[in-house]
Amino acid sequence: MIRVQYFARYREALGRDGEQLDWQADFSSLGALRDYLLQRGDAWQVLAEQNLMCARNQELCGLDEPIADGDEVAFFPTVTGG
Amino acid sequence: MAVRVQENAFDGGAELNALHADHTGIGAVVGFVGYMRDFNDGQDVAGMFLEHYPGMTEKALAKIVVEAEARWPLLKVEIIHRVGALRPGEPIVFVGTASAHRQAAFESCDFIMDYLKTRAPFWKREDTAEGQRWVEGRASDQQAAGRWREP
Repeated sequence: MIRVQYFARYREALGRDGEQLDWQADFSSLGALRDYLLQRGDAWQVLAEQNLMCARNQELCGLDEPIADGDEVAFFPTVTGG
Repeated sequence: MAVRVQENAFDGGAELNALHADHTGIGAVVGFVGYMRDFNDGQDVAGMFLEHYPGMTEKALAKIVVEAEARWPLLKVEIIHRVGALRPGEPIVFVGTASAHRQAAFESCDFIMDYLKTRAPFWKREDTAEGQRWVEGRASDQQAAGRWREP
């Protein structure tokens, strides 16, 4: 099982703040997981944005970051705090 | 080191004074307060909502403080960041740094704000006359953070 969270503009575009996915062997990295989500249809193309940011287990990382069963991952637009 | 993420407003002056309250080795305190403006990108802004990633937010801020402490000899560091609904004129963020000498306090405060703006999971949604809009990240913020890259 993998927990995926979406924030801000992505949360609104996808109509959900997160979901649990059954673990699949081809979720080899955050990028591979994103590719899987992009296949769901038009609304999901928001995750194809070039300035998308992501996190694995609450740490910023790149799309090449490997992921594992049990992880909490997140996709979000460029952060705008401060 | 103290990191606080809260809905309530804070008093930047009081936070600044508290930084050196019980530490006579401190010779320099620098404080930054970011406020909510009533305009952005050419439009009036009536209010704002700050979303964040509970759990990660606190960790990300703590990590930035640890990095600042590794680069400068800091005696105290405090970060406060608001979340939730804000009105124009209200404080959003406080960063205070304390050191024996001014250079470390000035530079580390600047560094923490640059990293906070590009690495801490906060997102601003503004209320304008044309409706709500998410604030987009700025290239200038990325460039500012890039100044601190170590060779």
